[in-house]
Amino acid sequence: MISIKDVNKSFGTNQVLVDINLEIKKSNVIALIGPSGAGKSTLIRVINALEEIDSGEIIVDGTSIHDKKTDINKARTNIGFVFQSFNLYPFLTALENVTIAPIKVKGIPKSAAEKMGKELLSSLGLADKMNVHPSHLSGGQQQRVAIARALAMDPQIMLFDEPTSALDPEMIKEVLDAIRKLAKEGMTMIVVTHEMGFAREICDNIVFMAEGRVVEVNPPDIFFTNPESERAQIFLSKVLNH
Amino acid sequence: MKYQLDWSVITNNLDIFFKGIYLTLEISALSLLFAIPIGIVFGVGRISKNPIIRFISSVYVEVMRGVPLLVILIWIHLVLGQFLKLGAFWGSIISLAIFSGSFIAEIVRGGIQSLPKGQMEAARSSGMSNYQAMRLIILPQAFRKTLPPMASQFIILIKDSSLVSTISAVDLTLKATNLAALSYRYIEIWSFVALLYFTMTFTLSLIIRQFEKRWLKSEY
Ligand SMILES: Nc1ncnc2c1ncn2[C@@H]1O[C@H](COP(=O)(O)OP(=O)(O)OP(=O)(O)O)[C@@H](O)[C@H]1O
Ligand SMILES: [Mg+2]
Repeated sequence: MISIKDVNKSFGTNQVLVDINLEIKKSNVIALIGPSGAGKSTLIRVINALEEIDSGEIIVDGTSIHDKKTDINKARTNIGFVFQSFNLYPFLTALENVTIAPIKVKGIPKSAAEKMGKELLSSLGLADKMNVHPSHLSGGQQQRVAIARALAMDPQIMLFDEPTSALDPEMIKEVLDAIRKLAKEGMTMIVVTHEMGFAREICDNIVFMAEGRVVEVNPPDIFFTNPESERAQIFLSKVLNH
Repeated sequence: MKYQLDWSVITNNLDIFFKGIYLTLEISALSLLFAIPIGIVFGVGRISKNPIIRFISSVYVEVMRGVPLLVILIWIHLVLGQFLKLGAFWGSIISLAIFSGSFIAEIVRGGIQSLPKGQMEAARSSGMSNYQAMRLIILPQAFRKTLPPMASQFIILIKDSSLVSTISAVDLTLKATNLAALSYRYIEIWSFVALLYFTMTFTLSLIIRQFEKRWLKSEY
């Protein structure tokens, strides 16, 4: 479903992604973990071309994302993206946040888009928040609206960049529950996260990155109990002893 | 020989002053009507990814900032008159529009750049084109932020429009100049003209303030 081949990416002289190769199958859930500055955000941002790459290829559902001939707007409708800081549109209501892209990008009639938007928001426990602006929502509610907004384009793939890092502890669970539900429904997902328990519970594979490289890819059972790489062992001992 | 104030020159010629106010407001409003789209286009152009568009927009803004309005007025008037046979009225409006447009462009650019870049990224990641993201997500927010500086720009425009009298476009200032030349009642006339300009701009200020208050109240 997602195929990343020999991808390199630098910001100036700082090489942030080094020879990245990854294959992600349909309905797989991947946790992307690693120390700060490892290049995790950059890696998921190049998957929907929020950042350019210097070399290599990324193929999502048969489409070469960084090919000049690709209609990137169309390709992006197939890839939902959820940001750490939500990035909801503050001047629109929760429902409008969800429906604007389906209406304007896909040309879905407003009434149909609203019906779908309401269903999505309800399924994420936001039935009573449809007509509220983001500033009147808690962080957890905002992030769930952001998830609904991404799902409204009916994507095959969802990318999450630390979706719970900006949240108070008591709100983390509601967002993780939403992601967990998507995993059960068979959504293909990459989640950058520091929530190790969550990663262990729902993910098919852990991708561990450090200094721009993919250092280790293993199922959670192996990764968390018996990591192969020394780099991951050090990282885990630091994280788990906190 | 002491100068004796005689205000009858005002009361006897109120129709001339009203006509002048009307012309000044007409010129200002029409200029603004053109200045806003010019400002939006070049304001967005200043931060375009395309270096050619960015360059053209910057040249426009810098030139307008560096050349006095009076010189622009005269130059446009001469060129337009020569090649397009356009009179002083349209010469004035075009001059004011491109001059004011450059300041509006800077305001628009500032408004856009003050938004978190996540807004653009969220819009683009949902499949919107750059143009859709600008129109649907970025500009509606930028406009709210630019309302106060935009309002001062409108007020400056009304004041600047008094310069059009130098190319013989008829406005309040030209009407007053002519009346003064006939009546020699300079102090009375120019005092009254000052009051009229102040009344126009201050009324506009008050209206904008009300508008802002209502808009701020309905803020998200
Ligand atoms: N837009 C940018 N311009 C320049 N350098 C950047 C940019 N974005 C990221 N970097 C650099 O790239 C490197 C990797 O950043 P990235 O955000 O991908 O790391 P990360 O693994 O997501 O870290 P964190 O856990 O802190 O979010 C860092 O050194 C960062 O400073
Ligand atoms: Mg990051």
